[in-house]
Amino acid sequence: MTGPATRPGTDAVTRDADTVPPGLPGLDPRYSHVLAVPDESSGAGGTTGWHYLDNRADLAARGVTPVGTVLAVHGNPTWSYLWRDLVRTAADAGWRVVAVDQPEMGLSARTGARRTLADRVADLGAFTDTLGLSGADAGPVVTLGHDWGGVVSLGWATRHPDLLAGVALLNTAVHHGDDDPIPAPLRLALAGPVHRLGTSTTRAFLDTTLALAHPRLPDDVVQAYRLPYRTAAARAGIEQFVADIPARPDHPSRPELDRVAAGVAALDVPALLLWGPRDPIFSDRYLDDLVHRLPQARVHRFAGAGHLLAEDVDWAPALLRWLRSSVVGSLSPSGALSPEGSAPSRTDAFTGPGGPSTSGLTSVREAPDPSGSCTGSASSVSSAAPGSGGASAPSASSPTFVPIWAGLDGRADDGGPAVLDMSEAGRARGQEYLTVSWRALDRQVRRIAAGLHGIGVRHGDRVSLLVEPGPTLTALVYACLRIGAVVVVADAGLGARGMTRAQRGAWPRFVIAQRKGLAAARALGWPGVRISADPLPGAVRRALGVTHELVDVARAGEGVALPAEPGPDDEAAVLFTSGSTGPAKGVVYTHAQLAALRDALSGHFDVGPETGLVTGFAPFALLGPALGTRSVTPVMDVSAPRTLTARAVADAVRASDARIVFLSPAAILNVVATADELDPGDRAALARVRTFLSTGAPISADLLGLAADLMPAATAHTPYGMTECLLVTDITLDGVRAAASRPDDGVCVGRPVAGGEVLVSALDADGAATGDPSDAPGMLGEVLVRAGHLKERYDRLWLTDVAAERDTPPGRWHRTGDVGHLDGGGRLWIEGRLAHVLTTADGPLAPVGPEQHVERVPGVRRAAVVGVGPAGRQQAVAVVEPVTSRRAAPRGASPARRPGLAPHDLADAVRAASPVPLAAVLVAPQMPTDVRHNSKIDRARLAAWADGILAGGRVSAP
Amino acid sequence: MTVLVTGASGLLGGAVARALVARGDDVRTLQRRPSGVAGTTDVTGSLTDPAAVARAVDGADAVVHLAAKVSLAGEPGAFDAVNVEGTRTLLDAAERSGVARFVQVSSPSVAHAGSSLVGVGADPADPARARGDYARTKAAAELLALGRDAAAHGPRVVAVRPHLVWGPGDTQLVERVVDRARRGTLPLLGHGAALIDTIYVNNAADGIVAALDRLADAPDVVGGNAYVLTNGEPRTVADLLAGICRAAGVEPPRRRVPAAAARAAGGLVEAVWRVRPGADEPPMTRFLAEQLSTAHWFDQRATRADLRWTPSVSVDEGMRRLAEHYGGAAQGPRG
Repeated sequence: MTGPATRPGTDAVTRDADTVPPGLPGLDPRYSHVLAVPDESSGAGGTTGWHYLDNRADLAARGVTPVGTVLAVHGNPTWSYLWRDLVRTAADAGWRVVAVDQPEMGLSARTGARRTLADRVADLGAFTDTLGLSGADAGPVVTLGHDWGGVVSLGWATRHPDLLAGVALLNTAVHHGDDDPIPAPLRLALAGPVHRLGTSTTRAFLDTTLALAHPRLPDDVVQAYRLPYRTAAARAGIEQFVADIPARPDHPSRPELDRVAAGVAALDVPALLLWGPRDPIFSDRYLDDLVHRLPQARVHRFAGAGHLLAEDVDWAPALLRWLRSSVVGSLSPSGALSPEGSAPSRTDAFTGPGGPSTSGLTSVREAPDPSGSCTGSASSVSSAAPGSGGASAPSASSPTFVPIWAGLDGRADDGGPAVLDMSEAGRARGQEYLTVSWRALDRQVRRIAAGLHGIGVRHGDRVSLLVEPGPTLTALVYACLRIGAVVVVADAGLGARGMTRAQRGAWPRFVIAQRKGLAAARALGWPGVRISADPLPGAVRRALGVTHELVDVARAGEGVALPAEPGPDDEAAVLFTSGSTGPAKGVVYTHAQLAALRDALSGHFDVGPETGLVTGFAPFALLGPALGTRSVTPVMDVSAPRTLTARAVADAVRASDARIVFLSPAAILNVVATADELDPGDRAALARVRTFLSTGAPISADLLGLAADLMPAATAHTPYGMTECLLVTDITLDGVRAAASRPDDGVCVGRPVAGGEVLVSALDADGAATGDPSDAPGMLGEVLVRAGHLKERYDRLWLTDVAAERDTPPGRWHRTGDVGHLDGGGRLWIEGRLAHVLTTADGPLAPVGPEQHVERVPGVRRAAVVGVGPAGRQQAVAVVEPVTSRRAAPRGASPARRPGLAPHDLADAVRAASPVPLAAVLVAPQMPTDVRHNSKIDRARLAAWADGILAGGRVSAP
Repeated sequence: MTVLVTGASGLLGGAVARALVARGDDVRTLQRRPSGVAGTTDVTGSLTDPAAVARAVDGADAVVHLAAKVSLAGEPGAFDAVNVEGTRTLLDAAERSGVARFVQVSSPSVAHAGSSLVGVGADPADPARARGDYARTKAAAELLALGRDAAAHGPRVVAVRPHLVWGPGDTQLVERVVDRARRGTLPLLGHGAALIDTIYVNNAADGIVAALDRLADAPDVVGGNAYVLTNGEPRTVADLLAGICRAAGVEPPRRRVPAAAARAAGGLVEAVWRVRPGADEPPMTRFLAEQLSTAHWFDQRATRADLRWTPSVSVDEGMRRLAEHYGGAAQGPRG
């Protein structure tokens, strides 16, 4: 079917529908059709010409009966051209795509009629009736919409529940709170004379929208978007569409919008939300609203993309993947529709109340424990299992789910110390140190929990906590968890930009912060109702936009009954990755997974009620109540672990009689450096420590050994994990020394902890991890992990989830992005990041092995081996940081050596030490590293730097 | 097998002739002066002399064609006469006398202009893009030779492009570097950090012999193709110059000249040299400036797979042999 070829004069108010001319980039005119559709909205009995794109000829050519139809609705001021990539590619996946131009828009007819939202929804129904998409024998339909087309598509969806098989949306909104400000660009476009001038008389609205693309649209694509909107008359539809935005409660389209918004929340079909966060109009506020209405939705935020998401990213494959994985499975063979359950299918493997009668803790502790004395800790946690609430749903994830707050509940009548805070913050209150009893902590948690519920914090609501580690943060975390609120934890190490990205990505509904965090939230526009953790003067409260103070919240919660407990599969926390490998990602944990983490730690490190924890790495202090043991934060600046001294550790051990010490590498460095200050009493206290742990980043055996010398009775551990799975493997100092006696490529991180498993997916010649996951020794590949305490998923990064679970064995596995190998003894050796693997003509090469050899060269502080040149034929280059640079160059001074080629003698020594040929040896006076640990070298940046220099480019600092 | 090697008086031609003699081939040579290679039958004469060429080709089973005018400056017509017309004369003679295999020794510069080359393969020769008369005429010659591959009665033809051949006795690269370093006139262009592929002379000779053999064993794999030959160990210009200087016992360069200035100077010098023919080679040309200040390294995967050849002498080992050649100078590189 082709439309009339006539083109009305440019001044005509009305014009007929038309098909697309040849030559538009990416759109073959054969997809273009015109259909005369009876007028629904006018009721005059006439017809309106609709232009639409349809790929049914592609399907017919393949002899394929479509699985279903994607009904795509563009927004304002675009047209069906927006969907061209899907139209072109969907037939290969067996899907028909019908992408309409809304009446008065695109190449559809200009009738001069004004249409409300209800009219548009009705018009679209008339179109699908006429086309036969919504007849009796019509196949399933998935709606797809962008911008205000999203609302129209959802309007159709809610009016055709029998046909609906799914809804997919790109940057749109169905609800706008009456109190929330209208997005500024729209406010301007709606403002009287500006409106007409901006939308129809000139092309400003159109061109502004097109200019939102990241990166800029090619000129021919811009021309294609402008094609139907060349004259003011042709743009009248844009003006009307903008005027129809139901911004105010009394707008004529508002009832229909409210109907759609309510109807969406009742949809039980699969949903997909693809989002460009750099959208000045449809911001993350609206994504958050949609996520709450469509909790079953797969959600992916494309970092860096904006309003014209369909132009910014390769979105069509994502949609087709979702159709295949989520929609097709929900269609019954007869073609009838069955709703997709919101519970992930993976839980099937864990179901059944007839599981072991032992606690979840003992069920994961199958491997023999060398210490042989761990039963105490197991019974302590499981004896606390019957929580006071009793409202917990039966667990689908663990035979006997013991909530994370059970350890606290179990000691609610205990007057002994739960938290000792000797840090600056604790001592500031005029005592030597701050002690909070179990009874007081439990009471405070209950008060805050009930109080938060009282101010509207609900099950599933996200609460961002920007509070320094200490008893207040501990109470806040357990209070939020207890009422099913989801704690969002992003550390300041991400920097202002990283924190802003994290806060906008997680979109918490509440933020509880101290003054610094409140100021940042205010200045940087972070979302969430602001609650001050500390009392503030009224003027400051108002200036910072603070709605509540924690002290009032807690007081109001005194004696108030708590709401129902969350279940094991409910979301509990969103933690952020360090951002050392791209923008920081949110990682979602459920209650069952947090409980499993507690059990893994408790079992592996043998934590009991009387062991106690000294936590020189502040986040660990949060674990004390869950583990049912007292925790003590030593004298230190909790935001700077390097301020911890050996004496402070000894004091903390003495004050708490703790047997376990948790430290970070930065803390250990200073503890070892200040060991001279220890007196005999200090040394005696430290001699009582039984277990000592370094975690967060790799640490050398030498440094670990020096720290262990201060705690002669303790076993030193250095576990391996990541934000996505905090405890994967563990190795003791003896294990590290044993590994050093038989060196292998990489860093030996030991064997998986009980309940955890590790496999390796071999790398191919292109450096991609395509091998079948295997435990074969000696094979370089991507490390896959599985554990009960593995994350649930990434936050609003569905495609990242898909990538992390690609080609994994049955069960919950995660591709870590780390590369390494297993040895014959089942020990894991880490050899770098997958993204840092070199692809040489001789095959893939992991950097850490060669780096270790280079780092043994005298004068080399640290080294990175990176590849230059095209993939598959890269040359290895060593970049070294000389030892002298830091000491010789205090902060602000120029580095001791200039970046560039290494001197000949150093280059010769490095080449001689390297097990792989090196095309060049470069010097970087200061390696670029991550903010959180200052230890993860940014090899990608170094590679780009080396590439430039070695191609003959300018020599600058990396 | 009787093999004609043209240009056997040069460093690489001599190495090829020696390698063929060593394995028992009957080796004939053609160049303007005696080859100096023991065990060969020398035909002295020029490529521009069809009679000499016919005499040399007569009875040969295979030809390895290395003879060329290689200097960095000179009359354009002279390059055309030797490199293009000489090759044509040789191909014609080979076709007439029933030669079965023909190895055209070419240069990576036939396919590339002055931009930096990072891990690239052997793109088709392009006289229009090639920089300078040498590269232009070598490009034309390669196209001419490969165009004759699998002609009705002609030989199978393969082209190999060794990049920056060096080794003991090398007058083109090593001697110039050492000479100028000794006189203190060897600057580093830019930062000397551009990665450059080179090939040790024996590796290049082995690669050429491998191409000759593969033309017999697998003519349909290698026939009509061009292959870049390198050590597959790119090094920075500074490393290479320092390595050569240390092997020869002279001080490596310390003075730096900005790359852009060198290029400009090269252009100027070329222009001056053009109006005073007959003089020595210019001290700097634009081509040389580009070669020494931008990356030039290549993808060797197809070369090694198709020719079934890998270099046997590493860059470090080559430097050691160079040091021996210069009297066992103790300053050779370690490793």
